[in-house]
Amino acid sequence: MSDFKALSEAVIKGDTATALAETQKALDAGSNAQELLDNGLITAMNEVGDKFSKGLLFVPQMLRSAKVMQECTRILQPFFQEGDVTSKGKVLIGTVKGDLHDIGKNLVSMMLEGAGFTIIDLGVDVPPERFAEKTSEIKPDIVAMSALLSTTMPSMPLTIEALQKANLRDKVKVMIGGAPVTEKYAREIKADAYGSDAGAAVVKAKTLLGIV
Amino acid sequence: MGEMIIVAEKINTSRKRIEDAVLSRDDAFIIQVAREQAEAGAHFIDVNAGTFVEQETDYLCWLVETIQSEIDLPLSLDSPNPKALSEAMKLCRREPMVNSISLEEDRFKSLLPVILSHPCHVVALCMAQTSMPTSVEERVEVGAELVERLTSAGIPIEKIYVDPLIQPISVDTNMALAALGAIKKIMENFTGVNTICGLSNISFGLPERRIINHNFLTLCIYSGLSAVILDPTDKQLMTALLATEMLIGRDEYCQNYIEAYQNNRLT
Repeated sequence: MSDFKALSEAVIKGDTATALAETQKALDAGSNAQELLDNGLITAMNEVGDKFSKGLLFVPQMLRSAKVMQECTRILQPFFQEGDVTSKGKVLIGTVKGDLHDIGKNLVSMMLEGAGFTIIDLGVDVPPERFAEKTSEIKPDIVAMSALLSTTMPSMPLTIEALQKANLRDKVKVMIGGAPVTEKYAREIKADAYGSDAGAAVVKAKTLLGIV
Repeated sequence: MGEMIIVAEKINTSRKRIEDAVLSRDDAFIIQVAREQAEAGAHFIDVNAGTFVEQETDYLCWLVETIQSEIDLPLSLDSPNPKALSEAMKLCRREPMVNSISLEEDRFKSLLPVILSHPCHVVALCMAQTSMPTSVEERVEVGAELVERLTSAGIPIEKIYVDPLIQPISVDTNMALAALGAIKKIMENFTGVNTICGLSNISFGLPERRIINHNFLTLCIYSGLSAVILDPTDKQLMTALLATEMLIGRDEYCQNYIEAYQNNRLT
């Protein structure tokens, strides 16, 4: 197995130039693009998420690492045929109805993407019916909801209800997060998981889908 | 220019000790926190029971009555819930501050009758109908529309406190400048209006948030901020506030600063 240590380190440090050079070098040496993605880039982002959750790295560093990963992925693109990249899973994400805050949701999307998930982002102020419609249309593995206000949290159980009504609840896992949201609240409204921050959200998403 | 209006933020049920005190109806503890903040220089005591979604109205009313029984300061009713606000307002002995209204359609429509039903100060949060503003211009535009709509509804401009909406510097390094620029423009464009903000949103996602919050406060004051939501029992923060106000010529004969020194309140 190839060693992508230098690449991973560059992603973690947010060093675009080195990361791009390492990616190119690995490709030139005949490395497999999927392997490079999994063991170089995704591994690095997992470490970033883990360090973020532990308070060892901070939001701007996470943003920078994600940007580096995106740039590297762009070089890898030509090596993948359409549908060739194996996605870890499809996540439908949005901030719930009545709530316009998108920062937390965007951080979670970014880290899930960094971990190899495919993200479909419905934006902010997403009504329950819209979550349900889109779920029926694209069949995600996970529906992820964000709320920053205690006043908009009740939109979460309403969305779960909408999924139930559309007979979709047992076809998806539901995860929730946001400043006023708690593990206890997730249990109360029968969500499948609660993520306390962007790093934790990735860990929970993997657990939900049985990915080690 | 008058002195900075301080809205004391500690009585918020998102803080564990306040939540416990509210649940056990520990009026002595609530009064003690209110008193400490009053003695530290608060002009309004903020009360927020938003974490109790269902029982918010009851708890907010209980907080109002409990604090008023001992502390003679007006309250800042911190909620977007029209029912909680109108019930709590009826109980207020002194003219309260309502925190807050915004341009979000439902919120504006449901809160306007409430704030017109009783004399009050009102925080106008620069949240647009369908999005959060990012630039100075967007903030000023939303602020202007709020001032316009509130004054034409009959609210005196002196009772309007425009909150420029503070967003984290960690996700966009222009966020502090955007808020500061908006404070300056709004104070220039609308004579008599107040600007207000909280400090902690600016530092989300970064280490040693206190340091960032402190320095942000001094920049806000320099930009013309006239009211602030903070913890007045934080001596370092209050020291920064007093020193900055003095430095920008808002403290005649340096009186407040010197008095704070003489009363052993500087750190």
